[in-house]
Amino acid sequence: MSMISLNNVTKSFGAVQVLKGVTFALEKGEVGVLIGASGSGKSTALRCIDRLETIDGGQIEVAGHRVDDPKLDLRKLRLDVGIVFQSYNLFPHLTVGENIMLAPCSVKKVGKAQARELAADALNRVGLADKVDSYPEQLSGGQQQRAAIARSLAMEPKVMLFDEVTSALDPKLTGEVLRVIEKLAVSGMTMIMVTHEMNFARKVANKVVFMHQGLVHEQGGTNILSKPETPELQDFLSHDL
Amino acid sequence: MNTLLNINHLLFLLEGTWWTVVLTAVAFIGGGVGGLAIALARIAPADWMRLISGLYVQLIQGTPLLVIMFLGYFGLPALGYNVTPLTAAGASLTIYVSAYLGEIWRGCLEAVPKAQWEAAECLALSKTQRMFKVIMPQAIRLATPPTVGFSVQIVKNTSLASVVGFVELARAGQLINNSIFEPFLIYVIVAVIYFCLCFPLSVFSQRLEKTMARYGARTADAA
Repeated sequence: MSMISLNNVTKSFGAVQVLKGVTFALEKGEVGVLIGASGSGKSTALRCIDRLETIDGGQIEVAGHRVDDPKLDLRKLRLDVGIVFQSYNLFPHLTVGENIMLAPCSVKKVGKAQARELAADALNRVGLADKVDSYPEQLSGGQQQRAAIARSLAMEPKVMLFDEVTSALDPKLTGEVLRVIEKLAVSGMTMIMVTHEMNFARKVANKVVFMHQGLVHEQGGTNILSKPETPELQDFLSHDL
Repeated sequence: MNTLLNINHLLFLLEGTWWTVVLTAVAFIGGGVGGLAIALARIAPADWMRLISGLYVQLIQGTPLLVIMFLGYFGLPALGYNVTPLTAAGASLTIYVSAYLGEIWRGCLEAVPKAQWEAAECLALSKTQRMFKVIMPQAIRLATPPTVGFSVQIVKNTSLASVVGFVELARAGQLINNSIFEPFLIYVIVAVIYFCLCFPLSVFSQRLEKTMARYGARTADAA
């Protein structure tokens, strides 16, 4: 059984149909990359996986949760799915350490001392061990994004979702965030990334999903990035320098 | 037959000042509790809560405090409840302040970016945890300057309690004036005392606003 599967998923915002029957699946330990032009529906598809948007039709299953079930226990889903956003969304009134400890302490009822260890461990993985007592505003964008990744990792999710996490960063900071994600990919985390970093996609992806006008237009291994079959993907890639 | 202003008059004014402070505290605490409830109800997911709290705010903001005072003091006895001037004034101010603080705080809660709610939700925090651990601490920072600013309004509005016979600062001045008939002198003293109560609050509010503006700029940058 797939770790993540979308089957004929549709979603409209008002009169605009953003997803017109999206279907793809990802096995445990696979890294999926969602690519496509702005407005092609890739971010919406990702948000639907974590039920930040409810879908109009089709099925989504993630780590054994039926995401399209209206009676789904959202908190159980969120325990298994971590998500990182383009704008980091760290809590500005808490230190980096407190940001990370908040959910383990209040959701999983982990003790303070153990939570401190969890935070230290998570920060180690993203190379920010010395920033535990800093406030988000004192960090660079790249550091904030890595702290946000650490915050998700501390909840030990089965699946990680990344929504254009490097789009707000310069190339140097992008590099430091991508290295963290790459390490995570190598460690066997199942993940889906919405990204415009084609070179990174070539390097770490097991599966590439190209979305175009609300549909999966082409999907396959990284080979479709070098030998695209459809003219739309060819065109999309031709703009990548 | 005019007597001169003497020390007993001044002591009487000070006693009135004390009751002004007490009434302000009652209004602020009662209105704070009520205001929090209103603010939370105004952004609640349930339609009926938003509707009722919205109506309450509209109704109170559309009614002069003076009329609310009269309703409390003369209206409640007509319904069979006997109230002292302190209870009537305290209750009226609580009702009034709840509506205004509720609106101020609703605005502050809504000013916390949606993305913060979303991030908290995605970490599996419950609704209450999201509100109390993520949103409210940020909203409180935003709310502090306008809340302190509004407390100046409360101090001044307590003077309306004199119409229901509550002897606070304004009423004390009125009573002394009735006996010695020196309106200019008396009301200057009353005004100075009000100013001494309000000025520190205003300065405090302005200072907070400057600190918060700096804080706000930094968080906006981070977001």
